[in-house]
Amino acid sequence: MNSDVTDFASLAPAHPEVLMALGVLVLLLVGVVINKERSALVSWLSVGLLAATGLLVMLQPADGVVFNGLFIADSFGRFMKVLVIGGAGLALILGMSNAEENGVHKYEYSVLALLATLGMMVMVSANDLMSLYVGLELQSLSLYVMAAIKRDDARASEAGLKYFVLGALSSGLLLYGASLIYGFTGHTNLGEIVVAIANEGRSIGLIFGVVFLLAGIAFKISAVPFHMWTPDVYEGAPTPVTAFFAMAPKVAAMTLMIRLVMDTFAPITSDWQQIVIFLSIASMVLAAFAAIGQQSIKRLIAYSSIGHVGFALVGLSSGTQVGVEGVAIYMAIYVGMTVALFACVLSLRTDKGYVETIDDLAGASKARPFVAAVMAIVMFSLIGLPPLAGFFAKWQVFLAAIEANLYVLSVIGMLASAVSAFYYLRVVKVMYFDEPKAEFAAVPGELNVLMAVFGFLIVTFYFTVGNPLASWAHTAAGSLF
Amino acid sequence: MTFENSILTILTWLPVLGAAILMFTPKTALSAIRWISLATTLVVFVLSLALWQAFDASSAGFQFVVNMPWIGDTIGYRVGVDGISVLFVVLTALLMPAAVLASWDVDSRVKEYMIVFLVLETLMIGVFTTLDLAMFYVFFEGTLLPMFLIIGIWGGSARIQASYKFFFYTFIGSVLMLLAMMGMYWDAGTTDIIRLLGHEFPVGMQTWLWLAFFASLAVKMPMWPFHRWLPEAHVQAPTAGSVILAAILLKLGGYGFLRFSLPMFPEASAQFANFVFVLSVAAIILTSLVALVQTDIKKLIAYSSVAHMGFVTMGIFAGNALGIQGAMFQMISHGIVSGALFLCVGVIYDRMHTREISAYGGLVERMPQYAFAFMVFTMANVGLPGTSGFVGEFLTMIGVFQVNTWVAFGAAFGVIFSAGYALWLYRRVIFGALTKDSLKGILDLNLREKVVLYPLIVLTVVFGFYPAPILDTTAAAVDNLVAQYSASIGADPAVALADERAPLEYVAPAEGAAQPADDHAAEPAAH
Repeated sequence: MNSDVTDFASLAPAHPEVLMALGVLVLLLVGVVINKERSALVSWLSVGLLAATGLLVMLQPADGVVFNGLFIADSFGRFMKVLVIGGAGLALILGMSNAEENGVHKYEYSVLALLATLGMMVMVSANDLMSLYVGLELQSLSLYVMAAIKRDDARASEAGLKYFVLGALSSGLLLYGASLIYGFTGHTNLGEIVVAIANEGRSIGLIFGVVFLLAGIAFKISAVPFHMWTPDVYEGAPTPVTAFFAMAPKVAAMTLMIRLVMDTFAPITSDWQQIVIFLSIASMVLAAFAAIGQQSIKRLIAYSSIGHVGFALVGLSSGTQVGVEGVAIYMAIYVGMTVALFACVLSLRTDKGYVETIDDLAGASKARPFVAAVMAIVMFSLIGLPPLAGFFAKWQVFLAAIEANLYVLSVIGMLASAVSAFYYLRVVKVMYFDEPKAEFAAVPGELNVLMAVFGFLIVTFYFTVGNPLASWAHTAAGSLF
Repeated sequence: MTFENSILTILTWLPVLGAAILMFTPKTALSAIRWISLATTLVVFVLSLALWQAFDASSAGFQFVVNMPWIGDTIGYRVGVDGISVLFVVLTALLMPAAVLASWDVDSRVKEYMIVFLVLETLMIGVFTTLDLAMFYVFFEGTLLPMFLIIGIWGGSARIQASYKFFFYTFIGSVLMLLAMMGMYWDAGTTDIIRLLGHEFPVGMQTWLWLAFFASLAVKMPMWPFHRWLPEAHVQAPTAGSVILAAILLKLGGYGFLRFSLPMFPEASAQFANFVFVLSVAAIILTSLVALVQTDIKKLIAYSSVAHMGFVTMGIFAGNALGIQGAMFQMISHGIVSGALFLCVGVIYDRMHTREISAYGGLVERMPQYAFAFMVFTMANVGLPGTSGFVGEFLTMIGVFQVNTWVAFGAAFGVIFSAGYALWLYRRVIFGALTKDSLKGILDLNLREKVVLYPLIVLTVVFGFYPAPILDTTAAAVDNLVAQYSASIGADPAVALADERAPLEYVAPAEGAAQPADDHAAEPAAH
């Protein structure tokens, strides 16, 4: 690296990442030094570090390209970083109660989560195929370990191994695509690739590269047909880890996809559009039907997340600013709904442990009326039923699709959302219409707070966060165009 | 903050405020919960009357309009009412206290029950007061959520299937309407309904938009053959749920046709008018026949609702002032009458816990007051002159007669059949010998039930003899709608409008009504 490094102030766009990296190392030392019994301290310090980084991102906005074009900071990246950091921090808070039972009481868990978050922040800001891959792998390697952190549990180990094998395959695909793109354009910098494509036009080799690259990212966002790992990993991993997987990594990989297709591959829009439309339709339809037969709550959530990725891709398919705005809003609302959802799932424990199947929820509305009410609100919001927040998310992405005249995609998507209503309603039905079977344990305080806050935001979306979110996403999307 | 710019906002959101207060009321304070709900709905009702009072019926445009930016650059906070929507607001506000009173004896999860009903009231009033396309959808579709819970939690034995059917029929139709709304936004560049009403959509696009709206509104209405969800939902819903479903939620469909399909897609409406006529007549005749063979009282009334909604769609797509005025009147009248009929069924269901017709008979001996109330509403359902039911059916039939004689001919059968099933129902339930032991101890109406039913009897009879309050309120807005519709499809607006006046002159005296006549007297002569 050249003299840029010497001047710390000129690295302002990367300050949050620097803070994060240093913080992680310090926390690692703290974790080694203190007693095992006090690892909750590390968790809270991690949440504090994430909060500090998040504040730095929001309050000290600095646009620019640093590290010789490897790293870009813009308002789109900041929007997504806040989502990533928020999702990661909330997932850590979700895991604090009963950490021992979930196997996430070790300090390594928090440190790995922070490292994964750092990787995601680099992904969000990647402006070069190299930094993209470095960020992605930092994230993935941390996540593999997190999936298997409850190492005495056969299911968790299986989940970790499955995730690793398939994740490594997808990284291979991505690398192969990146090498093809480099070979056919002669550049790794995203800004230079777009110039090269615009000048030289498309070639078969380039298209191959794009397909492999997008396939690799589709793995990370678990879009169909690269979704197979999701249900198994979601089910096998401890629930707090699943919550972590369901939020921040999806946002980061989605950001990567948006940046690549909207910026780098802008000259070949019609080529990547076919791929994204296919991923979108396949994800929406498959998730809607596959989830119907699920008994396990976590598998249901896995298919639900696959479906939601499909809906978010509807916005991206349009290839317009409204579309990117829609995806940004969609991911924000998705993270909010997911936090509330996992807070509910983690709140429902019987004396035999966490509830696992949907039938175990029977009569929860009588035993735990507040949890059941929030869960029902989240379910209705996931359906996309107004007047809840989930509707606004769908409204934005489909608005973009209609603007781009993607009528067939829109109709299929809407019908898929109607089908998906069936399995979400089943959860409500079991909780509210069926008779109680089991007693539920008391709900930890921080989960109550999370449920109350996010339940409130989902219900009052149009009066509280709706307008600020929309205008912020508008600014964010604008920076890509 | 003046009355002008705040009344609609207050009306819309006051019930939610009541629900918020309920949320912090202890679960066990049952009477407090009931009285808070009743007080909220009564205040909303009084305010809605004040709104109607302040409403200037001579103006065709929107009144009490508020237009502010809200979310992003698409959705705005836009409210306003015109002659078409203001009456629905009043109807909703009128029936909610009745629904709360009818639910006085609900004993499971009372708090949640009342909260859900108050939220539902906000959503229903919101549908009629909002002037933003996206928010219309929010309110329109939002009603699904509370109604799903009402049927599913407090419903009868087969409630789960009924609630699912209700949800999916309406949801699948509505998502297509949502896409059409997005298409309208990109074509017109706004979601402001006032500006959309002035926007001309390309004819080719109108067809698709019309069909997408039809998919949603026809299910909501419901029109034959999309009505299958309704009988089950009605049968399984608790009494108050049936009342609200029949009286208000079904009207959302008719309101949507009047607010969107007819004025915004006139060419497509004209093109599809015969299609709607066929479905309407099929609904009127077929569902009347189906109603004849029902053994469940609620199911019978549900099928009769479908038949009566057939008159509404027929009147709307007649496209002349008479037909649309009739459709409006029919919707208001049906709201009162069918709501009251479900309340009547609720009265005996609360006592006997069965809705089977065969379980009753000879009730007149023990329940004379009930028999009287039930008779008035049965007659109104049949369309007996002197009740509100007659005016609406008669006006829609005259309206459609001018457009298509055969349709009117077919619809007339519905009037006969409705007399058949309604009178037969009445005979089997009320008359005959009181032979069943279980019925021997049955009690007549108590004070609460009288308070609910007697005002509705008065309204049914008053509007039957003196329909002017309703027809005058809607006249200007309907005339405006018809004039624009006729102009867009190339018909002579004068004909569609002028014809309205002439028959009204004759209808009204025959009814003993005092339709203000002087300013229209010259028109038939000039015609």
